[in-house]
Amino acid sequence: MSETNEMKLEFDSRPCNESFARVAVASFMTQLNPTLEEVADVKTALSEAVTNAIVHGYQNEVKKIHIECHIQDQVLEVKVTDYGVGIEDVELAMQPMYTTKPDEERSGMGFAFMEAFMDELEVESAPGKGTTVWMKKRIGRFERK
Amino acid sequence: MEQYFEVAGTDLFICLPEEVDHFNSEKIRREADRILQSRNIRRIIFDFSQTQFMDSSGIGVIMGRYKNMRFMGGTVTAVHVNERIRRILTLSGVYKMLDISDMR
Repeated sequence: MSETNEMKLEFDSRPCNESFARVAVASFMTQLNPTLEEVADVKTALSEAVTNAIVHGYQNEVKKIHIECHIQDQVLEVKVTDYGVGIEDVELAMQPMYTTKPDEERSGMGFAFMEAFMDELEVESAPGKGTTVWMKKRIGRFERK
Repeated sequence: MEQYFEVAGTDLFICLPEEVDHFNSEKIRREADRILQSRNIRRIIFDFSQTQFMDSSGIGVIMGRYKNMRFMGGTVTAVHVNERIRRILTLSGVYKMLDISDMR
C-alpha cells in the first residue's frame, strides 16, 4: 500500500512568516506520527531554507516563497523555492561556515544544519533565476515504546 | 514570554525567547549591542530556559556577541540548555566558545 499526501504554501518573504512556515510543515507531518525530535529536525532544516530564501535569495526584499510537501508512506519531502538572485557556486555555498554576509552575523551553518537534520538534501540554483532546496526525511525509523 | 535583558554589575543577562530564529535574532542583537555600547559588560549570560527552538540565526547572534566580548576581554555563558539546544550548539561548534552550565 502506498499512501501519498501533498500540500503547497505560498507566503511573503518576511521574517515574521518563518514561524508560520515551521508550524505549518510540522502540523502537516503529524500524520506520520513523528517523534518530537523528528519534528524539531524538520523545523530546524525548514527554518534554514526559508531564512536563506529571505536573506540571500531575495536579499530582504518582500517576494514570494513557495513550500511544497509530499508524503509517501513514511517519507517526507520538502521543497523550498525562491525566485531570487540564485547561487553562483552551490558547492561553495554549502560549505560549513561559508557565508556571503558575515557582517550581518550569518553563521554560515544553514546548509550544514539542513544536511545534519534531514536524510537527503539537494540544491538547484541558477543565478538570476532562483533557488530550490529539496530535502527528504524518513519518519518513524525508531520504534517508540 | 518576551525575552528580557538585565544588567547586574558587569553581567548582562539575556533571557532568550521561545524561538530563537531569524526574526527574533535581529531584535536580540539590536538590544544586546545597545546595552554593550552604553554599559561596561564583562560577561554575557544567555538563559535558554524558555527556548524550545533555535536555528543557525541564533548561532549567529551568539557568535557575534562572543566576538564583542572577546574583544573586550569578557566571556559568554549559556545556562538552562536543554538537549535540543545543546545539539545545535555542538553541531555548530559554538559550544567551544561558551561556558555551558548544566543547571536546568
